[in-house]
Amino acid sequence: MNSQCFVTSIHKEWDIVAARQMGRELAKKIGFGTVDQARITTAISELARNIYLYASKGQIKFEVIESLEQKGIKVVAEDSGPGIEDLSQVMEDGFSTSGGLGAGLPGVRRLMDEFDIISEIGKGTIINTIKWVR
Amino acid sequence: MDTKSLNAQDYIDLVKAYVETQDEKTLYDAEQIAKSFIKNNILPEEIVNLHIQALLEIYPDLKDDIQASMKFLLEAMIMYGLAHQEYQQLREKQLEIKSEILVAARMQQMLLQSDIPKTEALDIGVISVPANQMNGDYHHFVKGKDGSIGIAIADIIGKGIPAALSMSMIKYAMDSFPENLMSTDTILASLNRVVERNVDPSMFITMFYAQYKPNTGKLYYSSAGHEPGFYYNSHSNNFEELEAKGLVLGVNPDTTYMQYELKLEKDDSIILLTDGVTECRREEQFIEREEVLEVIKHYIHLPAQEAVNQVYRHFERLQNFQLRDDFTLVILKKIV
Repeated sequence: MNSQCFVTSIHKEWDIVAARQMGRELAKKIGFGTVDQARITTAISELARNIYLYASKGQIKFEVIESLEQKGIKVVAEDSGPGIEDLSQVMEDGFSTSGGLGAGLPGVRRLMDEFDIISEIGKGTIINTIKWVR
Repeated sequence: MDTKSLNAQDYIDLVKAYVETQDEKTLYDAEQIAKSFIKNNILPEEIVNLHIQALLEIYPDLKDDIQASMKFLLEAMIMYGLAHQEYQQLREKQLEIKSEILVAARMQQMLLQSDIPKTEALDIGVISVPANQMNGDYHHFVKGKDGSIGIAIADIIGKGIPAALSMSMIKYAMDSFPENLMSTDTILASLNRVVERNVDPSMFITMFYAQYKPNTGKLYYSSAGHEPGFYYNSHSNNFEELEAKGLVLGVNPDTTYMQYELKLEKDDSIILLTDGVTECRREEQFIEREEVLEVIKHYIHLPAQEAVNQVYRHFERLQNFQLRDDFTLVILKKIV
């Protein structure tokens, strides 16, 4: 498996747009269709927005995953913010959407194929996601 | 049109057909294909994408700016797609919870079931219908060795599952009482202590306890803040309220209750009920107590079970078949 890596840091709202742009272009290059490009971009947007709103500083990492069987994009959101106390709650449907806050993390999980989150109070949060080309 | 065989190409063909004919038939087909998309969990952004493909097939030299505007729509639909998936998930969860409550309700029914005792002295009818799945009303019959019949009717202030759970406690407390001719006031005093000790202070239970003794022909009764029942005097064809004072169960461990008595003649009836009966509503208006009595009077000549069924049916219809509160009605008729 070989991989390429791109990183973009998030601390202004404008950085969200830059992250979206970078992700969309990469997704297109890897060979995702229009709908999946839009889904990946929306997921990146949500992840970047979470960093901007709750951690104020962090980064989004993109990786192209290419093996013999499949091709995909890995999107990693890392921040050194306050961490999430109740992960089950933020992963619960309706917790963020009902307040109009957006798709939230359950949305990101739906938009991507793989999703994993590690969070430590006072240290920060790492979210790993992957979407495979169909 | 067979909804099973529909696919992406069908959508594109339908768009083509509609652009040409602009007839209602194709729009009807669009409705059918939308149903099949929903059934197969096709998300809105995918439909927009299909539509873009259809446009490109119909107009091979579709202007770039129109294409861009369609892509914009696709982007906007992603959030709707997510919301749609979330609603679906929540709907499934709701069904799960509903079926779980149904199981609990069945179990409650089984636990709290109290059969009407067979007795030559009284004709007894009872109906108890929960407003939701779980019943917060409770009734219980006890037949003593001396032939006496005890009837408890209770209502938990509050509805739903917490109320239903407390009811089981009341039942087991009553089952554990010694049978040796406890009087109605001591039964309420004992239950009061049980409730006071075991139930959340914000929850109250009202109860009316009546006991008929065939050897004296008298009804003995006590009330713990419960909706007063009625005595129907068959001779005068009149109703009288069964006045009884007493504090609701669970407020103060030292509460004591009074026992009242009433001589029953043949064909006299006793009506016990919960506020789900007296607080029936016609649209937003509560009905008057007199109106309840009128309805009961209309059916009181029937056998007791038939009478309670008819009264229930009357109020069920009055409330458009949607009970606002649990409804329990007991009629005892002295037949010898």
